[in-house]
Amino acid sequence: MTTTTAAEAAVHKTPSGAVQPGPRRRPGRIRRVGLPYLLLLPALLLELLVHLVPMVIGIVMSFKELTQFYIRDWGAAPWSGLDNYKVSVDFDAPVGEALLHSFLVTVAFTLLSVGLCWLIGTAAAVFLQDTFRGRGLLRALFLIPYALPVYAAVITWVFMFQHDNGLVNHVLHDQLHLTDKPSFWLIGDNSFWALLTVSVWKGWPFAFLIVMAGLQNIPGELYEAAALDGAGMWQQIRRITLPSLRPVNQVLLLVLFLWTFNDFNTPYVLFGKSAPEAADLISVHIYQASFVTWNFGTGSAMSVLLLLFLLVVTGVYLLLTSRGRKPADA
Amino acid sequence: MRRTRAAAAGAVTVSLMTLVTACGGGSSTSGGSNDSPKTLTYWASNQGASIEVDKKVLQPELDKFEKQTGIKVKVEVVPWSDLLNRILTATTSGQGPDVLNIGNTWSASLQATGALLPWDAKNFAAIGGKDRFVDSALGSTGAQGQDPAAVPLYSMAYALYYNKEIFADAGITKPPATWDELIADGKKIQAKGKSALGAEGANLSENIHHVFVFAKQHGADFFTSDGEPDFTNDNVVAAVKQYVDLMAKDKVIPTGDAEYAQNQSVSDFAKGNQAMLLWQSASANLESQGMSADKYGIAPVPVQSGTPGTGTQVNSAVMGINLAVFKNTDNIDGAKKFVKFMTGDAEQKILNTAYSSIPPVKTVQAESVFSTGANKVLKDTLATSAAALPQVADESQFETAVGTAVKDLFADAAAGRAVTTESVKAALEKAQQQMPTK
Repeated sequence: MTTTTAAEAAVHKTPSGAVQPGPRRRPGRIRRVGLPYLLLLPALLLELLVHLVPMVIGIVMSFKELTQFYIRDWGAAPWSGLDNYKVSVDFDAPVGEALLHSFLVTVAFTLLSVGLCWLIGTAAAVFLQDTFRGRGLLRALFLIPYALPVYAAVITWVFMFQHDNGLVNHVLHDQLHLTDKPSFWLIGDNSFWALLTVSVWKGWPFAFLIVMAGLQNIPGELYEAAALDGAGMWQQIRRITLPSLRPVNQVLLLVLFLWTFNDFNTPYVLFGKSAPEAADLISVHIYQASFVTWNFGTGSAMSVLLLLFLLVVTGVYLLLTSRGRKPADA
Repeated sequence: MRRTRAAAAGAVTVSLMTLVTACGGGSSTSGGSNDSPKTLTYWASNQGASIEVDKKVLQPELDKFEKQTGIKVKVEVVPWSDLLNRILTATTSGQGPDVLNIGNTWSASLQATGALLPWDAKNFAAIGGKDRFVDSALGSTGAQGQDPAAVPLYSMAYALYYNKEIFADAGITKPPATWDELIADGKKIQAKGKSALGAEGANLSENIHHVFVFAKQHGADFFTSDGEPDFTNDNVVAAVKQYVDLMAKDKVIPTGDAEYAQNQSVSDFAKGNQAMLLWQSASANLESQGMSADKYGIAPVPVQSGTPGTGTQVNSAVMGINLAVFKNTDNIDGAKKFVKFMTGDAEQKILNTAYSSIPPVKTVQAESVFSTGANKVLKDTLATSAAALPQVADESQFETAVGTAVKDLFADAAAGRAVTTESVKAALEKAQQQMPTK
């Protein structure tokens, strides 16, 4: 079957192939067709200015020897070729070694945080699927960490993690006697667990929210039929809930991964500009390289490397998760 | 409808233009102008107990300046944690204030950016001359051999603050003059159930100020004479170890202080829980926390032996705040007038009294009000036994790298891990390797 597009329909061809002017378009038509693009233009321009231009500038900077001597006129900074990249990936030298350490810490942190957020969020959403008295109140309570301003929430955790007067040590040491002596949470090795706790605390409500929305779309008849067939709760979760949530989870896990991997606010508010080695997430590490030690060129190179890593991971993830998916119009 | 669309299109265009203009910095090489002679913007560093306190101190003086000159000064008090980043951002974009406060230890680093107005003889003449300022303060205004990048505004020095009542209870009759005495006194104080000495183990700048002094007392510097980092020098290692050992070995600094970075040790002292504090110009801060001046005494920071002085008897860094002008200001004459006003005798007396700091202006420093009590100790320290931190372009990086090394060593000490000469050297070696190569 052939179809005629609107554009083709607007012209008439003679047998010789010459194009004759078609019927005169109504003046409103151009406006009607062009208006959506016109309305999109400011957003496109802003996207260009806010994201694409800085990204290109960042890539250019990564090839420059950019320190405080050139920050005022960064275009004049001498080209350094691939030096910033070589320094960043030379894992036997201090800069590369520190970057690799930071990367590995971030990977471990991200996997644990995303996994726990998803697990807790899903469990809470499934738990609140059934109607019962107080369900609305619980839903609202569960969303509080997500609704709180990040700075206010994390700084409260800083107070709670204080060695001498913090609530965490008071509970773990003074009341439950789980530790021999009060622990340090904001310095040393425990800082990783402190960071993970705060990250999961503020991250799982998002998973809860998304999974809860996904659950709304699963027809109740499926569960009723399964129950009639004798399926228990676990079987229903395994055979109905999780497969039905698959598209939602695919997006949720990707978003959580990207947010957690790039999280800057939580470690920065918890530890300041110089995080303990055990909790040296890559976002703060790059910030430190760029804005604290004023090695803007090296910091830019690290950012580009991080961007490439995230692009690859996202690409592979999307490829794997879309495999086997049937086209919508099939 | 047409009018609405036009207005919307106009708004979008203006927004975009503003954004483009805001992003358009980075290459401003302007030498300043007088395009905006009636206004000035001023970034003040947070000197008082809070930003509100600073506004209360500064606003009457700015009103006075407006009355005198007709120039309105829009002041913004910037917290220390944000100040350096704000300055960097302003330097990059070219959209900064006209006049700003900088920490005097940053002078050489910020001078290297080329964004600050150099204070040559002509500019100094416009504010009354370079000779008005004391030499120790001028020593922290930029790299040697170059015109200063800023003008001294408030001078400060470290002193030992001690709680008279806790000392009396422990049977201590006079403040310690040497580190051995401090450790011995600390043991007596701890025996009475009080904490001996406070520290801010996770505060990078505080760490730097202290290890710098210890290095001086060991006859060492963190940089060679030609500006190269020399962090692994044996004497530097010994100096850093001696400071960290106050917690790790001598145990006069409580392990909890390893995570302090928000002046909690000052609060501990003000609350009477802790006997001693090494701090710079703390009187106003302590008073704001309810500790009256009669409750504590002030003595020079201890030395290895003998009395404070020059060379290995140095017992404080030259601390303080400088006033700088952005080179691309639109009110260059007004900015100089403002610097002249703020460093004038009358304002120096008012501001330094309010902030319990020492005026860097000779005539004002000589006044009797700055020669009594706490001020006398601080003034004598600045005059006889304080040294400027390295005035090198990499000073900012040095503060971060070595400050972090000391922070990590304190964390080791707090966790009960041994702090040895080898572990200190390894931490400093790592810090040195993180410094920019030239």
